[in-house]
Amino acid sequence: MTVPAAPPAAAPPGGPGSPPGAATAGATTPAAARRPRFARRTREEGPRRGRWGWNLLGLLVFAVAGFPVYWMLNTAFKPAKDAIDPDPHFFPRVFTLENFDRAFQVADFWGPVGRSLIVSLVVVVIGIVVGMLAALAISRFAFRGRKVVIVGILAVQMVPLVAMIIPVFLLLNDLGQYDKLTGLIITYLTFILPFTVWTLRGFIVNIPKELEEAAMVDGCTRTGAFLRVVFPLLAPGMVATSVYGFIQAWNEYLYALMLMSQQNQTATVWLGNFTTKHGTEYAPMMAGATLMAVPIVVLFLLVQRKMAAGLTAGAVKG
Amino acid sequence: MSAADTTTAKVPPTRPSTAPESAPRGSGPGAPGRTRPGGGAGAPWLLLAPCLIVLVLVLGYPLVRLVTLSFQKFGQPQLWGFQDPESVGLANFTKILGDAEFWAVVLRTVVFAGGAVILTMVLGMLIALLLQRVSGWVKALVNVALIASWGMPIVVATAIFKWLFDSDYGVLNWLLSRLPGVDMVGHNWFASGPQGLAVIMLLVVWGAVPFVVITLSAGLTQVPKELEEAARLDGAGAWGVFRYVTLPILKPVIVMLTTLSVIWDMGVFPQVFVMRNGHPEAEFQLLTTYSYDKAFVVNDYGGGSAIALVTVLLLLGVVAVYMRQMLKIGEVE
Repeated sequence: MTVPAAPPAAAPPGGPGSPPGAATAGATTPAAARRPRFARRTREEGPRRGRWGWNLLGLLVFAVAGFPVYWMLNTAFKPAKDAIDPDPHFFPRVFTLENFDRAFQVADFWGPVGRSLIVSLVVVVIGIVVGMLAALAISRFAFRGRKVVIVGILAVQMVPLVAMIIPVFLLLNDLGQYDKLTGLIITYLTFILPFTVWTLRGFIVNIPKELEEAAMVDGCTRTGAFLRVVFPLLAPGMVATSVYGFIQAWNEYLYALMLMSQQNQTATVWLGNFTTKHGTEYAPMMAGATLMAVPIVVLFLLVQRKMAAGLTAGAVKG
Repeated sequence: MSAADTTTAKVPPTRPSTAPESAPRGSGPGAPGRTRPGGGAGAPWLLLAPCLIVLVLVLGYPLVRLVTLSFQKFGQPQLWGFQDPESVGLANFTKILGDAEFWAVVLRTVVFAGGAVILTMVLGMLIALLLQRVSGWVKALVNVALIASWGMPIVVATAIFKWLFDSDYGVLNWLLSRLPGVDMVGHNWFASGPQGLAVIMLLVVWGAVPFVVITLSAGLTQVPKELEEAARLDGAGAWGVFRYVTLPILKPVIVMLTTLSVIWDMGVFPQVFVMRNGHPEAEFQLLTTYSYDKAFVVNDYGGGSAIALVTVLLLLGVVAVYMRQMLKIGEVE
């Protein structure tokens, strides 16, 4: 049993066993689309029942991994008294939005969301601009100390944020930036910036240097070559990096909790309002969780393929 | 779907021929410090300058402060500026290192993180392998579920798990009680530390597995089919093919994922914090929450910093492995 037209190791993923919907883009090119069919044929020569077993197992994984998300939606859209029914219903019988009304009442919703938006957007813009310059430097220039900078940027990502909370808190306290959005923005740069640099670097090194050189031979300046040739190719990577950075900033909890007061809380901290001394209002909390999670998960779905590639660019080759 | 999809495929990066570029090998490994822009290197340093300045300001300074704090007596009076912080030498360290509770926390953290990492990696590998064998539509379904759980904000995920495991109305107790001979009605998962931490571990693993699966899946597509065939012809079983073909090829990815997981799982904070309503009991304390408690609840900022510093040092060993891996990549480019 030989594999027909054995794909070279460096062929675009989407080879055997990787139908559309796999973790990488480009699986829909005609050549790649044809290949799974071959693979399927060769495999179907084997026991067909085996495939059913695997599928069943796959569906089990789907059910277990997806259940928490399903249960959030399920609880959010059913009446609060059904949520505390001792015999929970797995399929909603009554569809209601009352939990969402309650979620909006529990505490100001748009204030925290607005603050989170401001912080995340500003952090991402600064991160992308500053990070792009640095990524260019470490990926397109050979200079003494380049390696040290790379190690430094990697090392910085390894420092657990939680370990830094005490000095950061004291620093912002000294600077009079406690409870200020600017303070939070500065703080978020500590994790967004190294991440942006590293990811953009991954995208840049995948753009052949020869393209730039060709443009420069044709009379472009170095800056011109970058703006006209590299930048357009890099744009999708930049979008993905920005969205991913935005999600990270949006999801951050500890600093938002520690550095902002109750009046200026951000979206993630807002979710804590459903728990009081008297207990937790779970149904409205799930409605709040839905409000918080759905936009983020959708954004995430859009950029995830690209990011999985960017995060591990080069790693596979070791 | 979006701009993100409109690019060329590039997981196996068709490496641009930039090999000769890495001529100037920098100074030795390690040395995570920042270097001065020396010798008028020009353009690259100019481009790097804003980034380095920001990082030194927002990260370098607090890091230094973390170290100095851990050698100081720094409490409420110092915070409000009534007293200057006084240096106490190694007192903070001798105090925490001599504290039996601290060692219990260290042990708990290592067990917790270790368990979470092993579970994440094993489950991730199994699911990645499974995804190679299922039909396309099953694979698409699983991918959607994985990406949804990956993208979930941690705080939201924690809230959901809190609800699933609620003692009175949680669906899990109800489900388990359906099993013959099991009565879990009203069972409080958080009454005991180990059980509660197991739930939190499950939450961490649930959030961490997708990244591992997706990265490993991408890696698996690069395992040459010819090699697997050859191994099979030579009489290797499924396990043999995995052990002697797949695993060695995936090793760099696995090392990277494991290191990242260790770093992430040692830094677990919001999951415990939110799950215990902001006041984790002694039985739930991990190094991160313990350090937080020392600083912000007991108001011993010096002691808290010392604990944080010990945590960072613990991680350094792990990070060294990761660094070596990443540096190899840096050399290729």
